Amino acid sequence: MGSQGGFYQSKEFLDLVKSIGEARSKAEEDRIVLSEIETLKRRISEPDTPKRKMKEYIIRLVYVEMLGHDASFGYIHAVKMTHDDTLLVKRTGYLAVTLFLNEDHDLIILIVNTIQKDLKSDNYLVVCVALNAVCKLINEETIPAVLPQIVELLAHPKEAVRKKAIMALHRFYQKSPSSVSHLVSNFRKRLCDNDPGVMGATLCPLFDLITNDVNSYKDLVISFVSILKQVAERRLPKAYDYHQMPAPFIQIKLLKILALLGSGDKQASENMYTVVGDIFRKCDSSSNIGNAVLYECICCVSSIYPNPKLLESAADAISRFLKSDSHNLKYMGIDALGRLIKISPEIAEQHQLAVIDCLEDPDDTLKRKTFELLYKMTKSTNVEVIVDRMIDYMISINDNHYKTEIASRCVELAEQFAPSNQWFIQTMNKVFEHAGDLVNIKVAHNLMRLIAEGFGEDDNTADSQLRSSAVESYLYILGEPKLPSVFLQVICWVLGEYGTADGKYSASYITGKLCDVAEAYSNDETVKAYAVTALMKIYAFEIAAGRMVDMLPECHSLMEEFLASHSTDLQQRAYELQAVIGLDAHAVESIMPSDASCEDIEVDKALSFLNGYIQESIEKGAQPYIPESERSGMLNISNFRNQDHHEASSHGLRFEAYELPKQTVQARIPPASLASTELVPVPEPVYPRESYQTTTVPSVSSDAASTELKLRLDGVQKKWGRQTHFPSTSTSNSTSQKTVNGITQVDGSNTANSRTRETYDSRKQVEISPEKQKLAASLFGGPSKTEKKSATGHKSSKPSSHMVKSHAPKSSMEVASEKTSPVQQPPDLLDFGEPTVKSTAPSLDPFKDLEGLLEPTTQVSSAVNHSSTAAVTKSPDIMGLYTETPAGAHHKDSDILSGLSNSPMTNMVGGTTTMQVAQTSKSPNLKDSLEKDALVRQMGVTPSSQNPNLFKDLLG
Amino acid sequence: MIHFVLLISRQGKVRLTKWYSAYSQKERTKVIRELSGLILTRGPKLCNFVEWRGLRVVYKRYASLYFCMCIDEDDNELEILEIIHHYVEVLDRYFGSVCELDLIYNFHKAYFILDELLIAGELQEPSKRTVARLVAAQDSLVETAKEQTSSITNIIAQAANTASL
Repeated sequence: MGSQGGFYQSKEFLDLVKSIGEARSKAEEDRIVLSEIETLKRRISEPDTPKRKMKEYIIRLVYVEMLGHDASFGYIHAVKMTHDDTLLVKRTGYLAVTLFLNEDHDLIILIVNTIQKDLKSDNYLVVCVALNAVCKLINEETIPAVLPQIVELLAHPKEAVRKKAIMALHRFYQKSPSSVSHLVSNFRKRLCDNDPGVMGATLCPLFDLITNDVNSYKDLVISFVSILKQVAERRLPKAYDYHQMPAPFIQIKLLKILALLGSGDKQASENMYTVVGDIFRKCDSSSNIGNAVLYECICCVSSIYPNPKLLESAADAISRFLKSDSHNLKYMGIDALGRLIKISPEIAEQHQLAVIDCLEDPDDTLKRKTFELLYKMTKSTNVEVIVDRMIDYMISINDNHYKTEIASRCVELAEQFAPSNQWFIQTMNKVFEHAGDLVNIKVAHNLMRLIAEGFGEDDNTADSQLRSSAVESYLYILGEPKLPSVFLQVICWVLGEYGTADGKYSASYITGKLCDVAEAYSNDETVKAYAVTALMKIYAFEIAAGRMVDMLPECHSLMEEFLASHSTDLQQRAYELQAVIGLDAHAVESIMPSDASCEDIEVDKALSFLNGYIQESIEKGAQPYIPESERSGMLNISNFRNQDHHEASSHGLRFEAYELPKQTVQARIPPASLASTELVPVPEPVYPRESYQTTTVPSVSSDAASTELKLRLDGVQKKWGRQTHFPSTSTSNSTSQKTVNGITQVDGSNTANSRTRETYDSRKQVEISPEKQKLAASLFGGPSKTEKKSATGHKSSKPSSHMVKSHAPKSSMEVASEKTSPVQQPPDLLDFGEPTVKSTAPSLDPFKDLEGLLEPTTQVSSAVNHSSTAAVTKSPDIMGLYTETPAGAHHKDSDILSGLSNSPMTNMVGGTTTMQVAQTSKSPNLKDSLEKDALVRQMGVTPSSQNPNLFKDLLG
Repeated sequence: MIHFVLLISRQGKVRLTKWYSAYSQKERTKVIRELSGLILTRGPKLCNFVEWRGLRVVYKRYASLYFCMCIDEDDNELEILEIIHHYVEVLDRYFGSVCELDLIYNFHKAYFILDELLIAGELQEPSKRTVARLVAAQDSLVETAKEQTSSITNIIAQAANTASL
């Protein structure tokens, strides 16, 4: 130990490490470190410390800092150490500065010069350490200082240097994309580097570049595919194999890039199908790295233009992941499933039980991942189950970061898919109650607006029902101790606005509650302000209604307190309240009209009501107002500022050396060449008077010769650098293959799916508890499993009035949230025009639309309906269409579709059509089964253990 | 990209830290404390991944030492797991069946090796042999490592320089 690499370690150092290792407690460790810091402080500033000692001190500093203590007193010594000539010492110096300094540290500027010098070194190892430092330390400001040298290093004979230079440029791109934007051709060129390591490194910057601008790199698809093919065929040196896999890290990077390039591009994707399929086959799923590549393949397949064969392989891989005993693989499986359901939603169903197992797993990571999946597959049919689960989990955790995230997801889902007002309000209450202060304040504002605006234009009763249910629930919740501030604000606002609106509660009851809130949360000014304003509203409504107002005694005392409050805001509100109470009914009504929070307030921007006053003043001799722009004699300030800015920007830092003073005697030596190499001693200014002048001349001229040689070398390198180069396309021909798509792909994948489902289910069937089945049914609600139930009399037992009620808010909520995800079926809106709908099935279900579409008597009047029917009639051969016609055809289809409809259909180009097709192709007796199924799910029928049909249906 | 690499012992002692994204000294201490609380308490059969502040931390335990890497949400966790293993294999080759003590006393070497493996938060070299060769070259004396294979002009330039000195 410790002898390798010739490192010298003193006994002191070993003792330090040992004593830290033996420290029993954090306090003891801290004590040791602090005394070590004292020692180092003293020693390090001693003059004439030998280099080797110094190196050890710096390493000890690194150690101290690693343990979490401040070693900033020694930074400058580390910086100094980078100047050293010995590589070993220099390397330690660079290591220390890269560990100590962040890119915004003041000392960086001192290192830039050293880095510049080292990048020019003829020892490639020095260049390598300097490049390591460049990647960590160079910031946006200092990029220009090293950029030219790094570009030159791209042509360095050593592959290690080229590789690091590429990575440095990648880092620059991350820090400031504009700084390297002109160097893109260099990256493309390095892609063809002879060394696989350099090629692999080049993929990093290319990945970033492609992420930001896919279209400029479409020409590289062929090259990437051919590289990937070669890698998969083991054409790379054996050294790149990793656990019998050929260069898996490069494969993964390439698959990531292909996923970007093939996204939504049929032509590009077609080039990839063969190679991705090959990798699927070749991957060894018993090793971890094989699974890593497999996972990346799934990601790629779910991103590029869909290909049924590949989707099938992906689905197989996913089911293998999910069935694995390893938690890691399950996790990856859930993640992959979340990606794939975007393309083929039906795949989730086969794995429902596996998903539920993961959801109930004690492993938090897996659980969270599963929630992410559920979030992605939420529909209006399963939103209640999913959101309830999420809230339960949210309540159970302490991690604020994740709590915030899951709370915002709950809110988003609730806004998007809420089945009823009641449920929505209750859900929001729960979210606010348990994660209140973590929720974005905007959510609270949204909720207030939603309650104020109501849901239907013409349905006032529903709105007032919503409000009174909100008021009721809030009055109930107020009984609980310690509510979050945001939630209290909402409560105060709603109580003020609607507390007395339905006449159920008296003004004194509501005001009493509000006073309680203000008292109980007396250190929260915002809540108090909300409460005072709410009080004012209640009193104003009372006065306007002609009732006598008599203020509660606690309210009086509260007002007295607020009138003398330190907060001017509270004071003002209290004074306003006092003033309003003193006014008569008519005045109060115009100040505080009832239920007018959504009404626009008209603002007279021209201030025309002041005209009379102005006229009067002018007549009295006042100066008329001159707009700012017409005033003369004033400098144009904005112009001035612009100039200032311009000047500032041109005053950047200069990193190039200052020019040397012009040589008068030695005119032969070009000054630039003197500055370019450190090896050339800068000649002293030579004075003609001095006698040894003649002797120095020869040496100087030989210097000049050497630098000229160097110069020529530089010139050559530059020529290489400038050369424009395009990736060779010669290799491409062999790889571009047409994918053959069977006509019966749809059937094929379906049978495959059912087969896997079968095996999984039969394996699990024995141990599945009824609760799980129930959960599965409510989450996944497969279209074919509960037919029996739906056929029975539920249809008639459900009061139709409820349907109308729940339907109306739903659609208006969509409008309110102005968000329609592709999963959501827009024609909910369209159902207004179909009176037959209500009697056949509830309107909430997304499948509903399809029913309507398939109905032979569908009204032609609805534009959406019309166009969608067209899409569906095409459905039998639409898969063939996708695969056989050029990409344009598909887009045209959906364009027509969206063009015809004015509904939210427009923002779901493509997505819906494929989904509809997928759904329509599922069952021969489509209309019936969909209708039944829709009904069943709306009724909330959850198959229990008494329903043996669940598995019968699943098994087909 | 990898945001940072941590090596923590089972007792929560820090063995190595490398930060590829900017974290202040205060944040670093906090991150280490949070993560060791999160990771060291996890059971052996659970995932090797933890969600943490919107990022993922992939960890793997070797004997009494935890190797952790923090990555973005959309990175491939299994790949990172293998990068960790790759690093361990390289360390193993360098030290000759590495153990925690090697890393405790030669942490700077572990850093040098890491620098050849990862750069700017990305895997720079997937070949074990190349990494080993580079580290060995740096360890050996500087003079012998001087670039000899470069163009003949370089040699002439050097000759001229020495002559002039």
